[in-house]
Formats: sequence, C-alpha cells, structure tokens
Amino acid sequence: MLLAPRLRIRRGVSPNLDQVKHVGTLAPAVLLGLCLQSSAVLATSAGPNADEPKSPAMSVDPATRSSSLAQIDRHNVNQLEPVFTFRTGRLGAQGSAPLIRGDKLLVLSAFPHTLFAIGLARSNGTLSWQFSPTANRVADGLHCCDRTHLGPVAVGDRIYFSTLDGHVVAVDAEHDTPVWDVAVADPGQGETLASAPTAAAAELIVGNAGDDYGARGWIAALDRATGRTLWKHYSTGPDQDVGISADFKPAGPRDQGSHSWPGTAWQHGGGSVSGWISYDPRLQLVFHDTGPPAPWNPDPRPGDNRWTSGVFARDARTGEARWFVGLHPHALFPWRNGSANLLLDHTWEGAPRALLVHPDADGRLYVIDRQTGKILAADSYISYPRVARRASAEQTPRTNVQVRDVCPAWPGALGGDAALDQTTGRLYLPVSRLCMDLEGRSANYLQGTAFIGANVRVTSSNESDGAVVAWDVISRRAVWSIRERFPVASDVLVTAGGLVFYGTLDGRLKAVDAQSGTPLWQFGTSAPITGQPTTFVGPDGRQYVAVVAGASGPYGLAQQAWIDRRDATAARGLARVIANVGRPRDPSGTLYVFGLP
Amino acid sequence: MMRGVGTLVLSLFLVEGCARESRNFRLDPPIAASLDAVAPMPNRIGGAAPETDTVLGQPYLTNAYNLNQGKQLYTWFNCQGCHADGGGATGPAFLSGWWRYGPQAVSVFISIRDGRPEGMPAFGNRLTTEQIWQLTGYVRTIGAYSAQTAAPSRNDAMQSRPSENRAPATVATPSDEWPTAPSR
Repeated sequence: MLLAPRLRIRRGVSPNLDQVKHVGTLAPAVLLGLCLQSSAVLATSAGPNADEPKSPAMSVDPATRSSSLAQIDRHNVNQLEPVFTFRTGRLGAQGSAPLIRGDKLLVLSAFPHTLFAIGLARSNGTLSWQFSPTANRVADGLHCCDRTHLGPVAVGDRIYFSTLDGHVVAVDAEHDTPVWDVAVADPGQGETLASAPTAAAAELIVGNAGDDYGARGWIAALDRATGRTLWKHYSTGPDQDVGISADFKPAGPRDQGSHSWPGTAWQHGGGSVSGWISYDPRLQLVFHDTGPPAPWNPDPRPGDNRWTSGVFARDARTGEARWFVGLHPHALFPWRNGSANLLLDHTWEGAPRALLVHPDADGRLYVIDRQTGKILAADSYISYPRVARRASAEQTPRTNVQVRDVCPAWPGALGGDAALDQTTGRLYLPVSRLCMDLEGRSANYLQGTAFIGANVRVTSSNESDGAVVAWDVISRRAVWSIRERFPVASDVLVTAGGLVFYGTLDGRLKAVDAQSGTPLWQFGTSAPITGQPTTFVGPDGRQYVAVVAGASGPYGLAQQAWIDRRDATAARGLARVIANVGRPRDPSGTLYVFGLP
Repeated sequence: MMRGVGTLVLSLFLVEGCARESRNFRLDPPIAASLDAVAPMPNRIGGAAPETDTVLGQPYLTNAYNLNQGKQLYTWFNCQGCHADGGGATGPAFLSGWWRYGPQAVSVFISIRDGRPEGMPAFGNRLTTEQIWQLTGYVRTIGAYSAQTAAPSRNDAMQSRPSENRAPATVATPSDEWPTAPSR
C-alpha cells in the first residue's frame, strides 16, 4: 500500500532540478520553526492515507479558488518544504496556475507559450513532454496591463488553453499532439487573451483583453470538439451584437450600447472580458465583468458608455444577456476588471439565496443576486488613511487637467483574485492600496497602438501599499487583515486545512491561519509571485502546494529590466512605486512545488 | 556723425535679427525620397544614414523646430502608450540609452517606419518620411548620451521626468537588489 514512490528531492540528477540552492533562501525563522516543530510533526503527519482518493479531478474549485484538501493544515504547514522546482525559461509567469492531471503536472509558461507536462511519480519532477504552439510575437507588445490567468484547463481527455496572441488550443492529454488550434482574437487590432477558457456544458467560453488598445470587448463560446465559434457577443454596440433580447431584465431603451457613446466611439470602446468567467451549472448562466471604456480620459466619450465597467449574466447556451449591473457608467477612472466573480449559495437575511460575490476594483465588495442581478450589499473592504477623500465628482479627469490622489490607482484595489470559503462564507482579498495622479490628454485611435489619453503617476498611499483582508460576506465586515509592504498581486488560495496561501511582489509565498490571520509559513522564491498558488494530491496520495513564481500583470511589468524609473509615468506610472521591491534575481518563471517531509 | 554710424550698425543688426530661419513646410519630393532610402544592415540594425541628411546638416538632430514637431508626433501617435515618457512600459525605455536595435538614427527610423516583430507597429503608412525623421530625432534626444545643441520645448503636460536635454543616459538605478532577507 505504501509502496507508491514518494516525491523527494533528488540531488543533482535532473537539469530541471535546481532545488538545493533555493533552500538557502528559506527564511531563517522558518528553519528555526522546522527545528522547533519537529517533535510535533511525528504526532500530526500520519503519512499518506489509504482512503484518500487518487488525484481528484478538481483539486481547487475554479469558481471559488478554494480547495477541500486538508492534509496540510495549520499544525504542520511550518514543515512545508520545496520538493522540486522547474524553470520555464520564459520571462515572467503570466498568472498560470499549474494543473494536476494523473501523474503529471501541467504548467503553461509565459508568452511565447510552452505547455510543459512534468512527471511526478517516479520521474520526480522531470519533463515528460512539452508542446509549443506557433506564436505571433506582436502580442509581446500588447500584454500591458491586465492581469493574466493563462493556465491549462482539463476536460475529459483533452487539455485546453488560451494563448496571449489570441489562439485557443486543444491538446490530447496523453500526448503532445494538438487536436485543434483556432485564432479567436486579433493582436493586430490590439486584442489578446488574458484568461484561461471556462469549461461550460459543451462549450469553452473565452473573452478578449485589450481595453488599453481600444479593442472592442467580446465573449464567445467555442465548441469543445472542434473549436468552432458557437456564439459571440460584444460589450458595446447595438443590442443584437451585445445579445440583448426579450430575456434581458430590466428592459430599457434600445441599443444603449451604441447610443450611450458619441458617434462610432463604441467600435473601439473597450469593455473587454479579460477576467475569469464564472459558470453556474445549475442556473446555466455565465457571469463576467466588462472592462473599463477606452480611452482612459473620459472627456472624449460623453454618455454612459454602455456596457462597459459592469457585470453581465449570460445564458451559457446562447450567450444572450439576462441582466447587467453597471457599476461605473461613464467610468471616470480606468480601473481594471475586479476579481473573479465568486458563486456563493448561502442564507441571506433569513432566506437561502444564490449569491454572486463581486469584489470590485473600486474597493467595494458587491453582493449580487445571481438570478435577478439585484445588488444586495456594497461595502468598502479597503481604506486609504493618508487620503481622506476617495474618487469623487470633484476629481473628474478632463483633457489637460490633472487630478491628484485618486484612490485606488488604475490597477484597482485588488492585486489578484480573491478566494471564497463556501462553508464559512468568508472571502480572502488580495489588496492594493495605491493612489494615482491622472491627467487627461487628447487621444487618437490608431489601430494596434495604445488608446489611453492620459498621463498617470501612481503614488504610494503610505508605507503599507498592500494587504490581505478576510471578509465575512454574510455579516458584511472584515474579520482580520494583514498589512503588506507592497501591493498583493497574487491570487489567494484557501484550503480546508484552515490555511490561506498568497504570494508577494518581493517573492514570498506565505501561508496564514484562515481563522486568525496569524502568519504560519513563508518561502522566498527567486521572482515575484503574481500568479495563482494551487494545491493538489499527487500520485502518491499526498497533498502538495505549487506556485509559478514570475512577474506578470501591471505590477510585474513595473519590475521588468527595461523599465527606466526616472520617468514617473513608466510602466503606466507604477515604476517608482514598485522600485523598492528590486528586480527579480531570476526573471524566468519558475514552478515551485512544496510538500510535507 | 559717429552716432549716425552707430545707429546704422545697430539697425543693420536689428534687421538681420528679423531674418528668421527659413522653414520648408513640405519637403521637396526628391529630397523626401532620398531621405526614405536608408541603407540598413541585413539584420535591420544600424546602417548608413541617407547622404541627403548629412548634406542638409542633420536637420532632424540639430534643429529645435524639428525636435518640437517630433515631440508633438510622439503624443499624437500614441507613442506614450507603450513607451511612457521615455521610461518604457510594454515597449522599451528610451531614457536609459540602451537601445534594443542600436542607437543609430537608421535603426530608430526603420523601427518607426517598418515596425519590429515584438509588438512595435509600423508607422510608415501613417506618417510622412519627414515626420518619421522628426520623430526619430526626438526619440534620440530622450536617451542622448551627451548634451545636444538643440532641444525641444518643455512639457506642457505633467512633468514626469528630467527634460530631454538634461538627462544624459546612464545605466541602471542603484536600488535593484532582490531582497534576500524576509520583509518584516
């Protein structure tokens, strides 16, 4: 029963293993903790459990970023140690979460993408196979400034992934053979793909990114068997394009998607669908954010700029819109999409209700009724001590006018995606507390170039620019919060072991007690963590934690080697704020896998 | 008498002072064509500048009017979106004086006219040859290694960095250490 080989560090065997030197970056406190806790270990770690299901299909629920795995818990997490690392050799990480499939771990590298399948059982972290689709390098210049989540998705015997340069690829899970590869977004128009596809009933649902390039936002469903587009709807334009028909509630004036814009501005008005698309199999609905309108300067786009900066619910089979929550009509500030929308079924004010939890980039948490689109609660989960006033009407950016101390800064109040614990209704939010100065400039739409019309300088609100906040969705209050020196740009993972995992820009993967927020463990990586920590059960039945370290997204961009920090507007104004982090020791994306000894 | 001579000399100076730099608002087509005929190396990095540019006295590097035009074009054609005010974003920085395709005017000209594979769009069908040269000249002043005799005017907008002519290129800033000790 116990003969299944365990994952161990093999010293100096494989070229992909450079584990030993990273042990040196372990925080001394952790090492001390290891020594002190070694006696407690014997009592708590009972070894692999025979009853543990082998490789459950879903280790982390993509709808909530929570995991039901509990082998690693608050008592033994301080023994967590690196099992192996794998260097992708690509600049940054682009938010890829590794995916367990059978006895292999699948990792999608940053652009130009390679899908690596890393053997776990006997091969112990060596490369099993890899697959690289052809890449259009134009997309390299277009991946500012949305957070990217381009991980692989496994359904049945296939693996699907989106590429930054606008392709969706299906690969046979056992081999490195592509099944189909379709181009859905055109980098020549400034379009890219920023998120992994969402697997709905028989479809794959994808949305584009490219607000900053004036790309018109859209969401589309692809046939999983062939890659054929089944439906496609836009975020701006006439009702027919947007998918607004008799089912849309509440009914309003026709064609708001084009009438709330001057002239034909809706044709390059942004509203991308760059975040994670949530799917509710019971209601057969998908939920997605629409990005901010383009350009950033609100002057040249009078009107409500429908249907940008809001949340859509669409029928998963037809794509027809059911409801829309417009959170920022005529958005004054270019806040990105918020965190992924999280599904929560819980009692709300005495009655069970299907809730959609939407942590918005404006610093508020919206609780929305999934069926009707009614906003049930909107609370601020973040405060800005130095700046008393938040974004307000007096702070309207106009052409050639500078507004100061707008909080939050343009990447929004969230650095990454939040995690939701379904059982407690508690949300864990990775927070950025930066502010910005913004000056409107006249902007010209030129296809394939940045369509912004703003000079922006991001400012630090105080010495703590980030936080992780635990928020009780039901009682509508913060439970605890951890101050971080830098914006927290990674996604959060919560596990049934009572742990919350997140990463920091200065390269620490941290585990804290989900109950109290007490820090329990951390590990120093060679690059910033801006992606998604994940956890899985290996082929040996033991739980592992994995993360791909590497700079990506807006904060990652500010850490790249080519940025000159003497320019306050470099990296969209983030360069100076992030300057104190330092440049990554190793700019390559690197997979770290941790396990209990 | 002496006063009369003095007045005459002075007024001659004044008259001379009124003579303004002559400005061609449209390049003669043959000159424009020859300025477009750059001879890059086969890898499209560096190469010989057109002789016309030398004969004209490098007007796109030494003439403040051309640099100013370049600065306007820099904003109008959304250069800021990717390169910020020279500090870089998705596009590389100019301020650092480190050029991906070399510092020569020909490389910069070709980058703007034909684009580069890693995301730089081609502007050859959006700008005239003269405008591309004006932009080339301006972009090169952002990351100049030594002070130039001509400079564009100051920013009307947010002052985000040292002025073009006051920022000789230097290597990286000092605070680049990756932290080894845990923060807090």
